[in-house]
Amino acid sequence: MSALADPLLLARLQFAANISFHILFPSINMALAWVLLYFKLRGRANDGARWQAAYGTWVKVFALSFALGVVSGVTMSFQFGTNWPGYMQRVGNIAGPLLGYEVLTAFFLEATFLGVMLFGRGRVSERMHLLATVLVAVGTSLSAFWILALNSWMQTPAGYVMIDGQAHAASWWAVIFNPSFPYRLTHMLLASGLTVAFLLAGLSSYRRLRGERSTEVAATLRTGVLLAAALIPVQIFIGDLHGLNTLEHQPAKIAAMEAIWDTERGADLRLFAWPDERTRSNRFEITIPDAASLILTHHWNGELRGLNSFPDHPPVAPLFFAFRIMVGVGLLMLAVSWLAAWQTLRRGEPTALVQRGLLVMTFSGWLAVLAGWYTTEIGRQPWLVYGVLKTADAASDVPASMIALSLGLYLTLYAVLIVAYVWVLFYMARKAGTAQGTVEGV
Amino acid sequence: MDQALPLIFMGLMGVAMLAYVVLDGFDLGVGLLLPLVDDADKDRMIASIGPFWDANETWLVLGAGILLVAFPHAHGVVLTALYLPVAFMLIGLILRGVAFDFRVKAHADHKALWNRAFVAGSALAAFAQGFMLGKYILGFAGGLWPFLFATLIGLCLMAGYALLGATWLLMKTGPALKQRAAGWARRALWGTALGLAAVSVATPLVSERIFDKWFAMPEFILLLQVPLATAVLLLVADRRLKRLCQQDLPRPWEPFACAVGLFVLAAIGLAYSLYPYLVVDRLTAWQAAAAPESLKFILVGVVITLPAIIAYTVYVYRVFWGEAGELRYE
Repeated sequence: MSALADPLLLARLQFAANISFHILFPSINMALAWVLLYFKLRGRANDGARWQAAYGTWVKVFALSFALGVVSGVTMSFQFGTNWPGYMQRVGNIAGPLLGYEVLTAFFLEATFLGVMLFGRGRVSERMHLLATVLVAVGTSLSAFWILALNSWMQTPAGYVMIDGQAHAASWWAVIFNPSFPYRLTHMLLASGLTVAFLLAGLSSYRRLRGERSTEVAATLRTGVLLAAALIPVQIFIGDLHGLNTLEHQPAKIAAMEAIWDTERGADLRLFAWPDERTRSNRFEITIPDAASLILTHHWNGELRGLNSFPDHPPVAPLFFAFRIMVGVGLLMLAVSWLAAWQTLRRGEPTALVQRGLLVMTFSGWLAVLAGWYTTEIGRQPWLVYGVLKTADAASDVPASMIALSLGLYLTLYAVLIVAYVWVLFYMARKAGTAQGTVEGV
Repeated sequence: MDQALPLIFMGLMGVAMLAYVVLDGFDLGVGLLLPLVDDADKDRMIASIGPFWDANETWLVLGAGILLVAFPHAHGVVLTALYLPVAFMLIGLILRGVAFDFRVKAHADHKALWNRAFVAGSALAAFAQGFMLGKYILGFAGGLWPFLFATLIGLCLMAGYALLGATWLLMKTGPALKQRAAGWARRALWGTALGLAAVSVATPLVSERIFDKWFAMPEFILLLQVPLATAVLLLVADRRLKRLCQQDLPRPWEPFACAVGLFVLAAIGLAYSLYPYLVVDRLTAWQAAAAPESLKFILVGVVITLPAIIAYTVYVYRVFWGEAGELRYE
């Protein structure tokens, strides 16, 4: 029960719970907004009925995800103050404006025009409805731009000077376009694309496996499969670049991800291991000789610094496993989507077996996104802002009992909402199927 | 310029908070009134706020955002002092926001459950906001009396939101619901008045500085306009609502305008009392402000985007002007 008395641990758990819950929904909406625009544009063609139907089905998913994203995002913005007052006091001069620009340029835009997108048909012109769809997509991506600029700055701070213990911006350009930002933004946008691609493919397969024959479901299945197959190799390439960037700026994170304790040349790639912080070594290692050096330095004999050479480093085991889960899911995505794409291009749609695989992988994007975020965020510890502010120094002095109470409430609520969300998504897929059947009579 | 920046942002924060209270106020008010009607009217009432509530809630993010952006030192003080009410407000807003969407998409058997979640979320958020206001006015004092005062303000703000919600419905729904809404609005009006009176009495009692500001002689005459105008609006709204209870009148927007007027006057009074403090008699805008270079950077954004935000917000309200249709997509 001692964990319940540690306010820092509780505050971290609360923030982790909130951010994990929150990221699920933007990671759908960032890409889904553009997919909806694609449906909308194709729906304007002569034979666009199936694409219009697809828009009608998926805009509901967008609205639901948006609502969940908004409410959990509001919660996060307050938790900066309630749980981490030291964060704003120390780096508020940097973090504040970036968050402010997110609200001003992105949040209002998407929230306002979503109303037109959802309820505007018949009240605004077709052109205006298209414009609303574009603005929501632009707003959603701008949102990602600012939030990832801030998050990247926390990982690789740049463009600031410390005066009296507070960070002051010296160059906003350098703050925003900090060294890891381009990689992180691209990696996240592609992750969102993959999350949506597998969601599209998974739910469409579900409808298809239930015997639905509509042209809408064929169209969305095809879109999901081909999008996934196209994005996954790009994502692997960008992920590799992101890794090189991290090695340059946060070598301790890489050492923990790879569970490398002592600095070595020609480091082996640990496919599996059980990192043990007490003995500072790995148990049950399965390795590929020199492969870690090859992947990370692009040389067989490249040097990788070990954890023992850093004064402090992140917890090793969670990072090691989170990273492996992300990569594992990515490789599975590659295999399944390419197989499905090959079948789709050859015979129109994937086989029933592959459709079942796609159904199982409906939420694989979420798993990879969460594992990826855990890798990057736990990998920054014990720093909140890398090299500037330790997480422990930003915590509030609110009594543990209060944090525990609110944590309990949030966790209960989030658990219920996740179940409800997934359940309603499948329910909507079933309902969309029956409605389609009667309308098209196929 | 550097000296003026904290003041500019204090003003912006006040405007954002007021915009939030009025705009999300009617959304939350509609949520509070939902248990009073049958299922068909529930759908109608929720349809009347459907296209707006997402954007309305964003003003809270902007208001709290400015506190965070411009006054990082006050942000921590205020939010840690209000830790639990903030948590309850957020849980209320989460429930309200998700129930709004789930109730139309979930299985029909579950609709009643999501309706209840919508009501509970609206009530919790509204009460928590009023409670926070009460605690804030008393400078976050602890003890039984401050707690009871904050509870009273919580209940009165629920009445205030119910007033905004009911008068909003006067503009957005058909005759039958309209007359019932006028009745709800009339009762909520007196709860609102009680809250205004309670805050007006408490603020000068809490702080000698505030007392002196209001009751010094030449200013007193000028300031008297605020409570007088409030009283006039209360009476006008009440008479208008009484007649609306009996018959369908032209200009159904008048009671809503009165309600908004009440909130604006209350905000003016409160702003005058507090100025230049962000935390009553403890922390001024200048003490709490972020660095000038940060404030300038964000001010550029505000100057460019805020007019655009207001313009497209007005546009969307015009698109969905008039009686609300059925709640359906496409």
